[in-house]
Amino acid sequence: MSAFQSILDFAIGDAQAERAVPPTGFTVRLTVFSAGAMAFLVVFALALSLAAGRLADRWSDELARSATVRISAPSEQMAAQTEAALNVLRTTQGVQSARALNLQEQRDLLAPWFGPELALETLPLPQMIEVIETAQGFDGDGLRLRLAGEVPGAVLDNHARWRAPLVAAAGSLRLLGWLSILLIVLATGAMITLAANAALAANAQVIAVMRLVGARDSYIAQAFMRRFTLRALGGAGVGTLLGALALMLLPSASQEGGFLTGLGFQGAHWLLLLLIPVLAGVVAFIATRLAARNTLRSLT
Amino acid sequence: MIESTCALRHNGETLAEKAGNRKGRSVIEFETVAHSYSGGELLSDVSLRLAPGSFHFLTGPSGSGKTTFLKLCYGALVPTSGSVRLFGEDVRTMNRDDIALARRRVGVVHQDCQFLDHLSLRENLALPLTVSGQEALDDDANLKELMGWVGLTARAEAMPPELSGGERQRAALARAIIMSPEVILADEPTGNVDWEMSQRLLTLLIELNRMGKTIMIATHDLGLIRAAKNQVQARVLRISGRRLQLAGADL
Ligand SMILES: Nc1ncnc2c1ncn2[C@@H]1O[C@H](COP(=O)(O)OP(=O)(O)OP(=O)(O)O)[C@@H](O)[C@H]1O
Ligand SMILES: [Mg+2]
Repeated sequence: MSAFQSILDFAIGDAQAERAVPPTGFTVRLTVFSAGAMAFLVVFALALSLAAGRLADRWSDELARSATVRISAPSEQMAAQTEAALNVLRTTQGVQSARALNLQEQRDLLAPWFGPELALETLPLPQMIEVIETAQGFDGDGLRLRLAGEVPGAVLDNHARWRAPLVAAAGSLRLLGWLSILLIVLATGAMITLAANAALAANAQVIAVMRLVGARDSYIAQAFMRRFTLRALGGAGVGTLLGALALMLLPSASQEGGFLTGLGFQGAHWLLLLLIPVLAGVVAFIATRLAARNTLRSLT
Repeated sequence: MIESTCALRHNGETLAEKAGNRKGRSVIEFETVAHSYSGGELLSDVSLRLAPGSFHFLTGPSGSGKTTFLKLCYGALVPTSGSVRLFGEDVRTMNRDDIALARRRVGVVHQDCQFLDHLSLRENLALPLTVSGQEALDDDANLKELMGWVGLTARAEAMPPELSGGERQRAALARAIIMSPEVILADEPTGNVDWEMSQRLLTLLIELNRMGKTIMIATHDLGLIRAAKNQVQARVLRISGRRLQLAGADL
């Protein structure tokens, strides 16, 4: 029998076994509620993790090992100073490559601020040099001193450095998000274990009668597991749906991509939401199974 | 050692063989069994073999350990010392699934007739079939016949709390035999019914014994035992002073 077939059989269940165990009242409602609340919280923790992850990736990708040298000099000295700066950079430990941006590239950089019509040729613009670091990176202060000595108009801007803590913070935020999910899952497991234990204890008499007439432990456990698993699945489905709706109601991400407005799911990540109810079902299945196994072992 | 030899002879062949038991094998076997609860030893040095097709009564004062003895017989208790063999297997070596399977071959009429109160009488009677994975529908005819036999057809849809004491006891007997077990253990099956009803229940049990079932009835109703002795070759065991004895002609 395939795994799929067993899952299907489990979901369809045995109507008779289902009837033999009486309605489990508040314990099942508690399970539905905890699974729903858990799913709701997991939606946000997941969104937080994914958004923080995106942010960390973008910042570290874009800024990975890149720095800029800006040269401001009278136009007749510009070419010479640029050449001098490039020479310094080429002979600096930790610099992989250095390249002066051409006019078109500079125009592209400025277009968002001044529009495409800008006549760059007429403006005393600084020359930009794009520096890519090696994995080890260069010594920023040392390079600054050398540039100051040899190229008076050069300013080093190694933005990767000041943004690095932000990238690290985004990374930690992502980790915290996953940790929260883990904690929520564990707490839900504990809650469902308690609920299942209460249900089993309340039905000790029913279980005794079923054992008396020859029911196997697995048969009895199955009836409880099925009930709690399906309810957890349902509760978590509703919780996930509500969480997703709440996320969609957040103002949509603007072009500038502020952190908060970027909190939604993107593309295929929406599919992750489908996993939340499944996760709740699996947690309930395992929790109820363990609880049933423990309770049944103590009965004759 | 109390040997049960009263397997009924019928047309030259023992009913035990009809019942499908291997020749010479006892259904339930006690070997120097002792049992104690926290309060001290209740039974000691009990040895007994129940032959297939035999009919036994078990008597003794209240609190002497009749129910305990029956519980040892169907694996609800494990003896503190000695061994109990159920269909040839030591209960100590049986796992929980083995016990569950053995219970499908032993019908138990509990002293307090336990039912599932949220199921109808019909569903309760079919419970052994349900939990053993047999479709109750397949046996519907069987179930109907059985309910007619214990006179409960009209009460099929009643809930257990609505039943009278006698109805509950007949229902408990019906549930105990629906799986067509080899052994029937009945704990005070006539505990709260009048004389007439207790005679009817006894007749049912004797009929079952004629079909080859091994029967053990715990009771302190001596009138019942006397009535039975006229109809069936029954042995009477008595628990007295923690020992199991064969009761003599004093009954
Ligand atoms: N689970 C238990 N734990 C401790 N003591 C028990 C337990 N079950 C029964 N006893 C004690 O063991 C003794 C025998 O009980 P048991 O039910 O076997 O007696 P009995 O012969 O069936 O009595 P009755 O005729 O009243 O049904 C009683 O004193 C009872 O209190
Ligand atoms: Mg008793």
